[in-house]
Order: sequence, then C-alpha cells, then structure tokens
Amino acid sequence: MHTTLPFPNEADPTVNDPQHKCIAVCMGTGCTSSQSAQLHQTLREELDEHNLNGEIEVRRTGCFGFCEQGPIVVVSPGETFYTEVKPRSAETIVEQHVLGNQPVERLLYHDPTSDATVEKWHEIGFYGKQQRILLDNSGIIDPENIGHYLAREGYQALHQVLSEMTPEQVIEEVTESGLRGRGGAGFPTGVKWGFARKTQKWPKYVICNADEGDPGAFMDRSVLEGDPHAVIEGMIIAGFAIGAQAGYIYCRAEYPLAIKRLRVALEQTRELGLLGDNILGSDFSFDITIKEGAGAFVCGEETALMASIQGERGQPWPRPPYPAVSGLWKQPSNVNNVKSYAFVPRIIHKGAEWFSSVGTEGSPGTAVFALTGNVNRTGLIEVPMGITLREIIYDVGGGIPGGKKFKAVQTGGPLGGCLPEEYLDIPVDFDSLQEAGSVMGSGGMVIADEATCMVEFAKFFTKFVCDESCGKCPPCRIGSTRMLEALERITEGEGTPEDLDEIYWLADGMQQGSLCALGQLAPAPVISTLRHFEDEYRAHIEEERCPAGKCQALITFEIVADLCPGCMVCARNCASNAISGEKGEPHVIDPELCERCGLCEAVCNFDAVIVK
Amino acid sequence: MCVVSVEKARGLQTACTTPVAEGMIVETESEAACETRQFVLEMLLTDHPNDCMTCEVNGDCKLQDLVYDYGVEWPEPNGRRHVYPIDPDPNPFVFIDLNKCILCSRCVRACEEIQNRDVWSFAFRGFETKLVAGTDQPMLDARCESCGQCVAYCPVGALYDKMSVGLGRPNQVEKVRTTCSYCGVGCNFDLNVRNGEIVRVTSAEDAPVNGMALCVKGRYGYDYVHHRDRLTRPLVRAKWLPDVEERVTEGEWTLVEVAEKRAEPTVSGNGAIAGDAFIETDWGTALDVVAGKFAKEKQAQGGDAFSVFASAKCTNEENYLFSKFTRQVLGTNSIDHCARL
Ligand SMILES: Cc1cc2nc3c(=O)[nH]c(=O)nc-3n(C[C@H](O)[C@H](O)[C@H](O)COP(=O)(O)O)c2cc1C
Repeated sequence: MHTTLPFPNEADPTVNDPQHKCIAVCMGTGCTSSQSAQLHQTLREELDEHNLNGEIEVRRTGCFGFCEQGPIVVVSPGETFYTEVKPRSAETIVEQHVLGNQPVERLLYHDPTSDATVEKWHEIGFYGKQQRILLDNSGIIDPENIGHYLAREGYQALHQVLSEMTPEQVIEEVTESGLRGRGGAGFPTGVKWGFARKTQKWPKYVICNADEGDPGAFMDRSVLEGDPHAVIEGMIIAGFAIGAQAGYIYCRAEYPLAIKRLRVALEQTRELGLLGDNILGSDFSFDITIKEGAGAFVCGEETALMASIQGERGQPWPRPPYPAVSGLWKQPSNVNNVKSYAFVPRIIHKGAEWFSSVGTEGSPGTAVFALTGNVNRTGLIEVPMGITLREIIYDVGGGIPGGKKFKAVQTGGPLGGCLPEEYLDIPVDFDSLQEAGSVMGSGGMVIADEATCMVEFAKFFTKFVCDESCGKCPPCRIGSTRMLEALERITEGEGTPEDLDEIYWLADGMQQGSLCALGQLAPAPVISTLRHFEDEYRAHIEEERCPAGKCQALITFEIVADLCPGCMVCARNCASNAISGEKGEPHVIDPELCERCGLCEAVCNFDAVIVK
Repeated sequence: MCVVSVEKARGLQTACTTPVAEGMIVETESEAACETRQFVLEMLLTDHPNDCMTCEVNGDCKLQDLVYDYGVEWPEPNGRRHVYPIDPDPNPFVFIDLNKCILCSRCVRACEEIQNRDVWSFAFRGFETKLVAGTDQPMLDARCESCGQCVAYCPVGALYDKMSVGLGRPNQVEKVRTTCSYCGVGCNFDLNVRNGEIVRVTSAEDAPVNGMALCVKGRYGYDYVHHRDRLTRPLVRAKWLPDVEERVTEGEWTLVEVAEKRAEPTVSGNGAIAGDAFIETDWGTALDVVAGKFAKEKQAQGGDAFSVFASAKCTNEENYLFSKFTRQVLGTNSIDHCARL
C-alpha cells in the first residue's frame, strides 16, 4: 500500500536510482576511526578540481558491516566496492575510475579464501548468504538526510498507522508477524506491547534500549548510525500502539556518533511534524529524548536501565511488577531493543506475512550478528533465522584463517554459551540455540580456533562479568570473583579437581540467587566450555599442561635444532636473555630464564620455535 | 536472603517485593530457598573478617545469627578479601569498618527514605562495590547530620557508635527504656547501661513516638549525664544566704570553687566568704531564695516586671505548669519558649 505523506518533495529519489552517479563513503564508527571523514572531504576536493561536484554525489553512509576492510567506498553506477581506502587514494579513484572509467584494481577486495579479486559489492562472499532486510538502508542512504529515508519508503508505515489503523490493529500486526525482541531474550514484541497497552495508567513511556554492552558487539550502533529514522519511526508507532506520548532512547555515551545522528534525525523529524504535537495532523502527539548512559553493561538490563534514566545507580529491580505495569517512574513502560523497533516500520509497511516468511516459524525475520574472532571475514552480518552456524562461519565468515581447525563458537556474548563442532549444523534461531545450551543474545558471535585455550576463553568472559556486576546480589558480586579466581588457579597450573566442583557449585548458587540475568547467566560461558571441553580443563589440572599452548604458566618454548639456522634473531629479541647460541649454530632457550612471552616464536622466520 | 519458593513461579522470588496474589502458595523454608541462603551466607563470609571474638556487635549481629541458623561453616580463606582502613572517617559519632559491610543497603535506605539526607550510596561495581558517603567524602561533608540512623539499621558491625566502641557488648549491658530529655517530642530509646554508666543509646522499633529514629542529641548527646561539670545540686551566691561561714564550716553546705577569673580569693584571710562565691545548698534553701526574690520584685514593680522563657527540653506537662505559674503566680503574660529551631 502506498500512501502519500504531506511533503512529497522532501524525498530524494536518487537513492533508489542505480544510474545515479555517486561515491558512497562509509562513515560509521569503524571507518571514521580510519580516516573516512577525511577521505570523504578529499574526494569532494578532488571532484571540485575537475568541476564534477555538481554531477557526482559524494555520500556519507552508514555501516556496510565489513568493517575489517574499512574504510569502504562504493562507486555507482556499478557498485564497485573498494576496501581499505586511504584519503590519499581519493585522487586515483576520481582520475582512474570516475574520469577514466577503469576500476582501481589495487583497492578492490581480495578474497583470501578464493584468492580472487572481487569487483562488485554483491559478489563478495561475505554478503552472499546475508539477507539484509534490517540493514537494507545501511550503506545506501545518508543517515543525516531524512530525504533519503523518505525515498526508501520511510515514515510510510507511520502515516499508514495514523491514518488507517487503531492501536489494537498495530499490536495485532506486530504480534502476527511473530517479531521477537532482539535484545536477547526473544520475547514476542507484539505481546509485550499488548501488556503495556492494557495497563490503565498514564503517562506511559516507550524506551529504546541502545546500551549495547556486549564486548565486541556493535549491531545496534550500526543501526543507529546507518538508519536512525527507522528506530525513531518504530518508537513513534510503539507510542501510538501502547498509548504513550514520550519516548527515551538510552544510548551509551561511548557512541557519540550514534547520538549525533539521532540528534540530527530527531531535529529533522520535528521539522516535518513527524514528531511533536499532532503528528501528521492526527491527534497523536509524541516526542523522544535521548538519555546518555555512562557505559555499564548492567544498564542494558531493562530495570537497571530505567533506574539509570531516573538518575539512580544502575541496579536491577526485582520483577514482577514488569515494566509494562510499573516501569520508568513507576509508570507503564515498554522497553525494546534498537533492532526490535527498527523492524517495526518494515513490518507495518510490508505486512506481517512478508516478515514471517523470512526466517523460521518460531523465530521469524533475520538475525544480526557481530562476527568476530578467528574467522577470515569479520564484521556485521544479517542472516535469515534458521541459517546454520556452519553457513555463517564458513560461507559468510569464509572459514578459519591460517588453515587452522574450528574449535568453538560463542553466541550471546558474556552471558551466552559456546558450542563445539558437533553443533555446527543446528539452525540459528532463539529456540534451537537455547536447546543446544547457548543463547541467541543480542548478537555477539565469537569464533575460536584450535589454538584457543577454552579455559582462557571462559576466563575472559568471567573477568568481564566480574567488572560489570552491579554489586547488588552477593552471589553475582562475590561468586563471579570466586569463579574467576578458580579459573585463574587452573590457568596458572595451581588448579585442583576440587576447583571444578567449586565452579559447578558457584554456578548453581549464582544462577539461583541472583536477581537479574547478569548473575544468573554469568556462569554460562564457564559451564558450557566445561561441558564441551572438560578434557582441556583436566589437562591443566592433572597434567599441568595447556593443550592449546596458551597458558603462560604451563608452557615451555623450545627451539628445534634441525630447523634453527642460528640467525640470532630470536636471541637479539629476547628481553630476558634466555636464548643463547653461536651464529650459524642452533640456539637453545634456558627455561629458567624464559618469561614465556612468545616473542621468539613470533620473530622466528624458520618456525623453529615451538611451544610444548 | 528473603528468597522464597512460590508454587508455579520460575526460580526463587524475593519475598520483600513480590506482590501477593490470590491463591498464591509460598514456601519460605523450601530446600531451594535454604540452599540459596546458605550460598549467599557463605559468599558473604568469603569476604568478611572472622573476628566475632572482638567485634562490637557480637551477639547482636544478623549475619552471625543467620550463619548459625543455617549451619554455614567458616569457608577456608581462598581468594581476594577487601582490606579497608578501619574508622577512617573523622566524624565524632559514626565508626566505620567497611571490611564488615555486606552491602545490604539498609543504611543507604534509612538515610534516604527516613532521614531524607542521602548521605550514603554505593560506588564502583562488582567486587569493588563500596559504601561511600557523598562522593567518597567525609560524612560531615556529605550532608550528614549525625542522626545515627545508619548505625541503628546496620545489621552487622560495619557502622557502629564511635563513642561506645570498647565500652560493652550487647550481652554486657542492661537496657533501660527512657524518654529523651532534650525536647518535648518525647522520643523513647534504650540507655545501654554497664556498671551504672550509660555506654550507648540504642533506638527501638517499638518506641511509640519515634520508632528507630532519633536526632543527634537523643542518640549521642548523653555524655552530660556522667559529666563532671554537671550540676546535680543548686548553687547559690553566698551573699543571698544567711550564716554562710558557719554552715559551710559545719559541713551543711559546701563552698564550690568555680573555674573563673576572680579579682579576690573566695575566702579572705579572716575566713569570710566572698559574696559572689557559689555555695552548694539543698533545694529547699535555694528555692526559698528564688521565691523570696520573686515575691519582692513582684511587690515592688508588679508582675509585668517578669518575663519567662520556657524550654523545649521540658515535657508538655511541665511547660503547662510553667505557663500557669507565670500567669497566675507571677502575674504576667510574657512567656515564651526556645523551641523555634
Ligand atoms: C545484563 C544484561 C544486559 C543487557 N543488555 C542489553 C542491551 O545492551 N541491549 C538490549 O537491547 N537488551 C539488553 N538486555 C535485555 C533487556 O533486559 C531487555 O530484555 C531488552 O531490552 C528487551 O528488548 P526486546 O524485547 O526488544 O528484546 C540485557 C539484559 C541483561 C540481563
């Protein structure tokens, strides 16, 4: 259904025109931290020099997701995809590609898995199995230009809601679509809205959870930076549905760019009457305030988040009562994740059926992951629910680098679990992951290869939880520290079999005795690694050996005499003078002096240094 | 610690916040609840000093009682413990030992919700979470008005009354319920008496007027009781008394040397007592002097020569009598009081 907004001339249709001449420069946080803003500027100057600035647009866009290859530049028509573009390459792009019509070979993506050079955006393996229905504007539109969003059918859903639908119909449509919250727990969004609508108490609040505290996760940031209007539109619709007039976006202050884009977007929506009193001439009024969080993982938990908005210490409250009954300032409130809101306009506009046709029956739609760790291609990906872990790791991620073997995948961030090889063919959706002993979470996905020590791996997440526990419940506050200490003893070669019992006992106590999911799920990474890799724990304890060769206290470095030509590089680099030997003769490492820093292994050109 | 099992509910519920519902079945001592309590207690003990032997609140400690009730054993020390300085705050009334703090937040809530002073809060996160005054300041710089409410609510020995440290533990004192003598509100509290001396004041939940609340004077202003400068008998200037030298010599009255700069000695060479010297007399004598002077002035100048200043330290009944005395005996309406703080 296509409705007309009262400002048809505001839309900028060039975003939809494949023949439009445009150089798109990624200006997400990742690419701007490698000088893409400067690149954007230099490109304009170059075009100016050739008097082409009126003819060719240099567009600032949101994240393409392929951040490891950033800064990303896409030249259209033709969608030529350039990677790792430095400001000084602007001249070459303009002269060779724009003027000379010749793609710049050295800036094209070189795929390490196929050893091929790929020219077009959509031919890159990384995007092959992706299905971008949430990130469909990221990398395309200028997030600071509402005209682009409007041209991508933005605010059509809002118009439709306000002119044709009742709040109940909106809730029904969202429920029908099967949308489940993307903040981690996967609660049906429509049902949640229904609860908030039912509570007869005003004012009510719509809250967007943009705290995103998982280490290494940046899905929500990318959505906010690349497509802020989608989140805003989703929130306004939620406000209409539950009967709220005020919204809050709780965004961590470490996301200055996202906050800036949101501010610009909010200003633009207010100017067009899409936010404020009597939106689009209806009798519905709604406005949004940005609340900057100071960056605590626990403030992503919805009750701690609301405490933080109220200016209190970010500590969870017990539930029930649930936010839909008594939330922010004890008023009915609806908390959803950034992605949950961003899906809403698309669902309303294209219909519940369209949405539920993507993904699986129990988990419709797509999942957005921040893929990191030991994979060839890392970055932000959007895949249909139901895809297998194997497809994500091998097709999207391009497999494990360096010919190493896959060992485990951690989903759900620090509160999630890890899954080994046997689980690679399970479908990725809320229920299957849970069944397998992990969780969907909000979208962190870390891949570990065979060289990863799983005790170390578990320790990393436990350390994170120790730092991020709010301190309210003793099981989490003290238990996580005791858990970390047990893991430390194990990695330092001082572990005993009793430490394993202690870990299970602590995990159980934390799970039972903590108020929020932070404490309840904090042991998950430890327990899941222990379940799948108990041998590795036991090797540390019983044989004082780290099978992955990672735990410094348990390894020794040795030089294989047959491979060592006596080049002396290792000896010169050794900070503790532990390596001796004549030039041209095999060298030896003195285990007493060796500090196990691993530098010799790294500098040896003959692979003569080995870990035992 | 308040977790209970609720039939059909997932996991344990906090009894203090879960709303009751029709037909709800709650089991307070279920196996799961007890196990969790034991776990919580053991966790707390892993970061708590094992010094009940010398702790001020031994015998009046919630942690100690619960550890006993739930049969939790002292955990072998294995891991990090906090080492905070003991009594680091210069304020005169509240003794702080954060090593014993279990972060239950009762002090925070007492200060915020009852006293409305918001002195206490928690700072930092995780294992480093710590009770702080203001922004980790001395208490008196953080709006503290020394009411001691935080001490009264502390279930362990983390906050204690500084003036009482070392003077007697709960089982060594006798508690005597009394009414505060400072103002007319009539707060009740318990004097903790050991060997005939007040060593501490503790507030009591069943105090009808004030409950656990007390002000700084009621809780900490008791040192006057045993103070050596306290007047327990009337002092009268020698010049108003008949036969002073004889009665002092006979030992009926006593000459009191008051530390004040005097031009002349209180007793001159010939044994005469100076007219402005203080003589400790009996109440009858002293009141006779006062009554005589009141009568004389009233006769000479009339009742309005008097003005009377009553005290908020008196009870309502006493102030009523005072008013009646002023108007009917002295014959003036000029009476006021000091309770205008
Ligand atoms: C420790 C902790 C951290 C969380 N962090 C986030 C977060 O960063 N973003 C988020 O959307 N939800 C987070 N959640 C989940 C929220 O509590 C809440 O379930 C979610 O915002 C609801 O939105 P949804 O229904 O759209 O998923 C966190 C939960 C816990 C226990």
